[in-house]
Amino acid sequence: MRYYSALLHLFPASFRLEYGREMSAIQGARLREATDPSERLKLWVETTIDMIMNASRVHWDVFRQDLRYSLRTLARSPGFALTAILVTGLGIGANTAAFSVADFVLIRPLPYRDADQLVKIWEGPADNSGNGRNEVSPALFQDWKTNTRSFASMGAYYNKSVNLVGQGDPLRLETAVVTNELLPILGVQPLKGRMFGQSETGDASSVILSYSLWKSAFGGDESIVGRKLIIDGSPRAVVGVMPQDFHYPSRNVALWMPMTTQEMSDPDITNTYWYVLARLRPGVTHDRANAEMHGIATRLRQQHPAELEETGFAVDRLRDEFSRQSRLLLLALCGAAGCVLLIACANLANLLLARALVRRRELLVRSALGAGRERLVRQSVTESFVLAILGGVVGVGIAYVSLPLLTRLVPTTLPIAQSPTIDPKIIVFAGLLTLITGVGFGVLPAWRSSGKLDLGGLRDGARAGGGRREHARTALVIGEVMASVVLLISAGLLMRALLHLQDTDPGFRTANVLTLRTDLPSPKYDRTVRKAEFYDAVLSQVRAINGVSSAAYTTGLPMVMTGGIWKVVPEGQTPQPGTAASSRFVTPDYFKTMSIPLRSGRDVRDDDDMNKPLAAVVSESFVKEFLPGREPIGSRFNFNSLKLSIVGVVGDVKVRGVEQTSEPQVYMPYKQYPDSQGLFYSPKDLVIRSSLPAATLVPAIRQIVHRVDPEQPISNIKPLAEVRSDATAARSVQVRVLVAFAAIAFILAAIGIHGLLSFSVSSRQHEIGVRMALGAQREDIVRMIMGQAAILAAAGVIPGLLIAYAAGRSMQSLLAGVQPADAVTFIAAGALCVIMTLVGSLLPTMRAVRVDPATAFRADV
Amino acid sequence: MPHDTAAIDALLPLPPATFHILVAVAKEDRHGYAIIQDVEQRTDGQLRLSAGTLYRSIQRMLEQGLLRETRDRPAPELDDERRRYYRITPFGEAVAIAEARRMSELVKMARAQGLVLSKA
Repeated sequence: MRYYSALLHLFPASFRLEYGREMSAIQGARLREATDPSERLKLWVETTIDMIMNASRVHWDVFRQDLRYSLRTLARSPGFALTAILVTGLGIGANTAAFSVADFVLIRPLPYRDADQLVKIWEGPADNSGNGRNEVSPALFQDWKTNTRSFASMGAYYNKSVNLVGQGDPLRLETAVVTNELLPILGVQPLKGRMFGQSETGDASSVILSYSLWKSAFGGDESIVGRKLIIDGSPRAVVGVMPQDFHYPSRNVALWMPMTTQEMSDPDITNTYWYVLARLRPGVTHDRANAEMHGIATRLRQQHPAELEETGFAVDRLRDEFSRQSRLLLLALCGAAGCVLLIACANLANLLLARALVRRRELLVRSALGAGRERLVRQSVTESFVLAILGGVVGVGIAYVSLPLLTRLVPTTLPIAQSPTIDPKIIVFAGLLTLITGVGFGVLPAWRSSGKLDLGGLRDGARAGGGRREHARTALVIGEVMASVVLLISAGLLMRALLHLQDTDPGFRTANVLTLRTDLPSPKYDRTVRKAEFYDAVLSQVRAINGVSSAAYTTGLPMVMTGGIWKVVPEGQTPQPGTAASSRFVTPDYFKTMSIPLRSGRDVRDDDDMNKPLAAVVSESFVKEFLPGREPIGSRFNFNSLKLSIVGVVGDVKVRGVEQTSEPQVYMPYKQYPDSQGLFYSPKDLVIRSSLPAATLVPAIRQIVHRVDPEQPISNIKPLAEVRSDATAARSVQVRVLVAFAAIAFILAAIGIHGLLSFSVSSRQHEIGVRMALGAQREDIVRMIMGQAAILAAAGVIPGLLIAYAAGRSMQSLLAGVQPADAVTFIAAGALCVIMTLVGSLLPTMRAVRVDPATAFRADV
Repeated sequence: MPHDTAAIDALLPLPPATFHILVAVAKEDRHGYAIIQDVEQRTDGQLRLSAGTLYRSIQRMLEQGLLRETRDRPAPELDDERRRYYRITPFGEAVAIAEARRMSELVKMARAQGLVLSKA
């Protein structure tokens, strides 16, 4: 029969207490009837199965009953229910969204074979300090490739835009020009055809298509391999198609073309435009590869003292190929989300504790009426469960709504196609956390109040304070205030940094300027004369449009084209390390169109052609750095082997964007573009200053370009203002998210203060009544309640300020010069906290003031 | 006493155990073990309720108002102090009648189609 008692424990205690004895008696009678051992055995087997089945049904019945009861009680206090659900939902939602993005960017492996062995190798500073990354010259790549042992394979590529004609409208496509090793390094097989370098005849004029181009431009033509395409005016044969989820080096690359022999054997060790990707040999650590590269860099510096004096290298895991800034901002975001979850949990705990105190009477009455501790606890668990589930549903909703915004935080440099999706693991994690909070704080009070039949609780009525729990609640509210101060200040600092960056003068005016790109193909436009004809024809017609005040071509827009850094040697000086400037070829009127002020001398002119000495317009910082104390106009310098003389000086432009320091700038006339230069630096961006809306301007320009060259596509149509704001777009999204988190935390903390004070007022009603009866004035009562609020706020704000300062220092590199102890931010956050305290204590204070001494006495008699 | 037909219909069809328990207590108050024995006799040993099923059903029937526990005890010599006695409520009777009617309608329908042999 001991076994039967054990089986009875499968049932809820209430059921066991009620029927256990009789069930045992029946089982005893049955056992007496069964005399035969085999019958007895059969009886026990049947009983065991029966008890398990019935016990689970009884549990289910109880759960359904509790669920109904919970829904009824929650519906009776909708304020509590909605607050609790919303609080939980905000916590779960913020976390699910933030951690889903972080997991996607920081943790998930890249979609290549053994992706952790993939590294990118850059030119870096000679001291290997880890900062600064530059592209690599073909000659340097060849040297590294021949002399290293740490890498199983090493490949290189550069990006290029090409025009594809013959498939409807001319298309402008992003291309990666790759060495034969590059695609095999990634360990992905082509979907159709083959990779480069697997043909005996050589692949000089072949091409591999991306899956999306194959589908969009060729309708997924099954017989595509072998077909000839016209790319940049010359025929190329398709040798393969890559699989759908393959993206390298970036998501928008549509074609891969092989490197030419000429490009591979370029002996100029300073001509840096390649990106190098390598796979570590199995068993070789990152550190060992670094050590080997270190030795090679040292030897190379000795071999080429003039060119490589300042050049080292940097080996980065491919996984880490986005800025440390992006990583830091994402981590800050996760920290903020964690803060929100903690605050939400604290708030939920607080709400449940307050409710438990209010319901103490109800619980006592129920336990006095015979409800066992187990039933009461179970009831509380069910209620917390309901709250957590509903909160979870709201949370997932919030996460879904906010994910598209957060997706913009995924660095575009990552070769991943899909957008982050909500990770069920994280929902479960956040849900469990709130469930534990809910259950923990919902059950403890029930457990305590049902443990002993404390009839004092019944007598106490609503006056019962419960001192120890009051302390717990106070601590929770202080914690909330503290966390919300930290979030407010962090968000404030980042917002100040963003405003500061947006206010920074980029050196040009963006209003009323439209930009677009016509990337001229080779070999059609290889000769400078041919290019100039195109620019002249387009520009003369664009300038003739009514409403256009000026238009010009440039090699690249500032903040878009950040490279093109060439070495500068002023005439009569020996080459110095680290003297470089950014280069551009422009047509006349570029400075006028961009509102870059001309300080002295003249603009480039149409007659600055190959028959004239090579001219240059330089920026003020160029003069300051290279020609201090000298008359710039007429001075001469060597620029990447071109001998230029200065004809004009213009204002500085933040070529690398407002957050970075930029090199001085050199502008050269478009008609003096060296034929030997290839097309990389040829002017391609058209800038137009006009009073016309883009909707009228763009079609007009399309027509003009079509008339000049029907095969020439147009792309990248954008207002200059957008080019400027794109440079800080990721940051502004992050700031918005952080501000949202801070706002949530702020509201939650206000709710926390409100809840605590409300409870304290209602439990002190009697005391307030007595005070008023004894002659206390309303002001005294207000002072009493507000004083309590002020102490709460101060206890949270002061440590909060200190933590916020520490947090600010740890993200100083994100602050763009704003100090971590920025007075404006701290004062604003302090003021907000005063408001939060006032708002949170407003209703409770009003209620306290309205206490009628007579009623307060009567209430509990 | 008239009963809300909606309340009755909501309970139909009754689980077999519930119906048998109602039948067992229809004429007299019984304790748990007596119900089991009554059901077993009336069904010629075909249905032998387990203790678990019995008390789970009883608990639910008490909540649904089909049964109530009674304090009226039978003659002292027949009484067993440890046992609880159950009595059918008027609502329980109404439900049992409705269930019996429902089942006889089914039999009638089946018979009309020649599916049931009339008693020989």
